[in-house]
Formats: sequence, structure tokens, C-alpha cells
Amino acid sequence: MATKFTKETYLYWYELMLLLRRFEEKTGQLYGMQKIRGFCHLYIGQEAIAAGCMTATKPEDKMITAYRDHGLAIAKGVSAKACMAEMFGKATGCSKGKGGSMHFFGADVGFFGGHGIVGAQIGTGAGIAFADKYNGNDNVTLTFFGDGAARQGMLHETFNLAMLWKLPVIFICENNNYAMGTSVTRTSNVVDIYKLADAYEMPADSIDGMDPEAVHEAVARAVKRGRAGEGPTLLEIKTYRYKGHSMSDPQKYRSKEEVEEYKQRDPIETSKQKLLEVFGVSEAEIEAINERVRVEVEECVKFAEESPWPSEDELLKDVYIDQNYPFIVD
Amino acid sequence: MREALREAMQEEMRRDEKVFLLGEEVAEYNGAYKVSQGMLAEFGEKRVIDTPISELGFTAIAVGAAQNGLRPIVEFMTWNFAVLALDQILNTASKMLAMSGGQIGCPIVFRGANGSAGQLGAQHSTAFESYYANIPGLKVISPSNPYDSKGLLKAAIRDNDPVVFMESEVMYGDKGEVPEGEYIIEIGKADIKRPGRDVTIVSFNKMMKVALGAAEELAKEGIEAEVIDLRTIRPLDWFTILESVKKTNRLVIVEEQWPFASVSSEITYRIQKEGFDYLDAPIRRITSADAPMHYAPTLVGAYLPDVPRTVKLVKEVMYMKK
Repeated sequence: MATKFTKETYLYWYELMLLLRRFEEKTGQLYGMQKIRGFCHLYIGQEAIAAGCMTATKPEDKMITAYRDHGLAIAKGVSAKACMAEMFGKATGCSKGKGGSMHFFGADVGFFGGHGIVGAQIGTGAGIAFADKYNGNDNVTLTFFGDGAARQGMLHETFNLAMLWKLPVIFICENNNYAMGTSVTRTSNVVDIYKLADAYEMPADSIDGMDPEAVHEAVARAVKRGRAGEGPTLLEIKTYRYKGHSMSDPQKYRSKEEVEEYKQRDPIETSKQKLLEVFGVSEAEIEAINERVRVEVEECVKFAEESPWPSEDELLKDVYIDQNYPFIVD
Repeated sequence: MREALREAMQEEMRRDEKVFLLGEEVAEYNGAYKVSQGMLAEFGEKRVIDTPISELGFTAIAVGAAQNGLRPIVEFMTWNFAVLALDQILNTASKMLAMSGGQIGCPIVFRGANGSAGQLGAQHSTAFESYYANIPGLKVISPSNPYDSKGLLKAAIRDNDPVVFMESEVMYGDKGEVPEGEYIIEIGKADIKRPGRDVTIVSFNKMMKVALGAAEELAKEGIEAEVIDLRTIRPLDWFTILESVKKTNRLVIVEEQWPFASVSSEITYRIQKEGFDYLDAPIRRITSADAPMHYAPTLVGAYLPDVPRTVKLVKEVMYMKK
């Protein structure tokens, strides 16, 4: 169980992953209570990816993902309170109540959203990286997408262009094995998604997404390539969502045993064990973290509950930067 | 016309390092229609970028670059091909400012040839102004001459919102006066290209030639048509149209769109609502035929608005015999 990672890293990972887990559990409850509406996709089970990506990057790096965006947004530094308020549709939300669960944004921390069209953000993410390269800095963009998006034409056009122009982008396929209800094996003859990079001679790897160490190391290698101007990398990170695709998913396409198998390798549990057994962290210290997270999530809900709704005069705001745009009003 | 467009891009690229051009054949080939001729030589391959035939991919990269601080100009060889990138224009470029609560804007220009250009068949001949004008978050420009093209393209490049800029393959060779000094034309302002008192004809882009040609014919019979060039489709400068209709009491619209939910549909709604008491006749229009454009020259002629039919329609709204 020895590790080259430090106690501080593990403490950070454990607390972050636990926050994402508890935040999403609460989100699920609040959805059931109809406090949160619309489409809602939980990150539960995939937390080790967010954890490993954060320690392998710097704050100036960018992130963009699809609609399963809660975990990555909070990890990148979007306020958890503002995220919860966003799902309530409140004016204090991270997108002023205009985005909802699928459209979290945090321009100030380099989080470019929360996108609802499967695969569309793959190209947009490469464009964010294009701008950093154009500006001559060494930032990289982590562009996340699911296994379902890997079957979109956008992936292939973007891979081709990103390699052609050596863009500092890291394509991260969070392969949770199901595109909604359709398993990877039912979507293509090529079930190892990382092999799609071969057609573009792009370096690629397949990574265990239940292990933050493995994620960190793979992302760090890709980041190094990106910063050095060597271009993009594809990482297929094999993960698993414990919950359904969205809140309305009865999950008839998979067995309970399959879900249980992954839960045995839960990254929060294994990180806790590492803290207790390798780093000699006490049960009391773990309990203190757990309590801090519990309080934080409660505060998120309180903040969201007590925040005001957007006023109706917000309707035509943020549609144009041009403040004098003459809207059609009948 | 192509020189005016090129000058607009060159001047803005000299002024602002963040502006760059990308698209198919824009660099080494000097532009499919030679609009970007010489720009690679002046600005280098960092800022004049050839792309593979990947409309969706290169548009997405441009949109992402705009969201991260650059000001891209995307050239589509024709707007017919841009349909492959519509998702990025509609779902990302136009909506991200709203979805992010005002955090992430998209200062970008999408430009290229639009509409029909002779016997090109159905897939190279669609006029798209009304499609994009339907989308909140976008501005849509469709100029008719070199002077307007230059001033409006410069305005588009400086605009902080995403702008769709519709050119015409058959107008790239057009000649017209363009002054030496710098000038900008404000987006969202129509222009009266020919004053008149008897009837208002509204048009834009290459159909302005039909509108002005009809006005010329009508003048021979003593009818003075006021011809308004919209120049910008979204936002629509209906106020200028209304002011004209208050004077002429009659309105005919000539456009290359298909008829359903077209630019003329929107103008007609607006003018009947705001100017009902000023109208002495129903508002009429000529659009392209309600069909894909066919190849044969006779069918191309029958498909597009023309001077004789416009003249006839004006006479109808003036309740003239013949």
C-alpha cells in the first residue's frame, strides 16, 4: 500500500471526493423533493477523476465538460454554494440561475461549462487550448466527455485538428461504460476508446478511474506534453457512475452485482484506508473532515434556499454583451 | 467587393493582434474566392490559417478560442457548408453568454458566400439569412455593395457578440466606391439607397439589384419607388421601413429567402402592427420559389425574384391596371 504521494495530497483528495459525493447525494435528495428541476446527472462514483486532475494541473489551466458537470466544477473551484443555488435556479447561482444543473460556469477559475449537446464541447475545448497557444502561455485545457460522445463526428474532426495544430489540450474520456442506457459494446466495433487516437497518431492511454493516483500520473504526463508544445493526448479513464444516467433512469440495462463490484473499489474508501494505514491519520481526524464536509453541504442547501429568484428583468440580460440591443418585444 | 472585404480584415488585423482568419483555402490558395488574397503573406500562418474540410471541427475551435479571449474570423466557403457547424453557432456561440449568466462571451465573425450563384444546383444555393436571424444572441449582416461591406465587416469584427456575415459569390467581382480613410458602419441600420414617394421596396444583399432595377423601370413610368437596403437583418431596422411607409403607404419586399418564416414575414408582421393605419394596400413580397433550386437555366430564372415580377407587384399594390 506504499505510495509516493504525500499525506497532504491524500487529505486533499479525500476531502474533495467526499465533498463531491455528499454534495451529489444531497442533490439527489433535493431532486426527489423537486427543489431541483430539469435534467440532472450525478457524478457519484467518478470522483477520483476530478481529484487526480486537480493535483496534476495548475489554477491557470482550463476545464470544459458535458452536462455531468457538478463534480468537475466544484473541484475546479466554482463555489459549491453557488452550484447548489444554480440548481435551485436562484440568482446567486454560478450561472445566475440561467444555466441549471447542466450548465455550471466559472470563468474566474477557468471552468468553461457545463455543455448539453453530446460531444460539442470536445471541439470547443480544443479552441480554448488554441487561444492559450496563440497567446503564447503554457496553459492546458482539460476537455472531458463521456463514452457516448466518443461516437460523435466532432471527436474525429477535433482529434485531427488538435494533432495538426499541436494544441495543448488533454482529451479525457470519462468512460463510465454507458451512453445513457447503451453499453459501450453496443455502440461500436472499437470498444477501447483510447485506440481511436491511433488514427491521428495521438498519444493515448487507458487509465483506472477508481484510483486518483493513476489519474494524477496519467494527466501529469499529458500536461507535460501539452505545456511543452507537443500537442494533445487522449486519456480513456475507466470509471463508473453508481447512479443512473439522469434522475429519471430505472437502470434496467445493468445488474446490481455490476454496480456492487465497482463500489468495492470506491476511491473515497480506499483513500480513507490509505490515510489511516499508511499515513497514520487518526479516526478522529477523518471524522473531523467528514463533519466539515457535512456542514459545508448543509450550508450549500441553506444558501440556495435563502437566495432570491432571478427578477423578471433578467430575461433579456446576458443575451448580448451589447447593452443597447433592440430586442423584439411585442 | 472582395477587395473591400479584404481591406476590412487587413485593417482590423493590423489594429488588433487577437483577430485572426481561418477557413478552407484562406491562406496558401489565397481564398476560394480570393477574398483573403495576400493575407498569408502579410500576417503569416499564425493568423491566416488553412483548415481541412471540417466545418464542425474548425468552427468549434474558433468558438472556443473566442470564449478564451481571441477574436476569430471564420470563413465558410459557402453558408451551405456551414450547416455542418450550425450546432456550434446555435448551441455554443449564441447561447453561452446567457447560459453562463453573462460570464463567457463569444466575439467572433462567421462570414462567407450565401445564396444562389447561377446554376449550382440545390445544395449550393440556399439563402440563410432568415435561419440565423431567428437566433437570439447573434447579429446577422447581409450587405449589397463594397462600401457597406467594408464598413459593416469592420464593425462586425469589433463587435463583442457573435456576428453572421452573409456575402454573395456573384457579387465578389462588383466594383464600387470605397473611400481611402477608415470608416465604420453601425450594425442594425438600414440605408435608403434610392429616395421616392410612391412605394417602398425593401431588400438586401444581391436582391438589391432587383429592387433598384425595378425602381429604375418604374421611374420610366413616373412611379418613384423608395428603395431601402436592410444591410443588417438582425437586429432589424424596422423603424426606417415604417418611416418610409408613412410616406408611401405601400410596401413590397424582395428577398432570396424561401417564403416560410422569411425576413419578409417578420417585416410584414412588424409593419402591419406598427403602421396599420398608414397602409393603403396589403404588404406584398417576392421570395425564392417554395422549392429547392433546380439546375436548368429556365428553372433558375423562374425560382429567383426578378425585375419584371417586382415591377408587376409594385403596380398591384398601387392598384394600377397593366
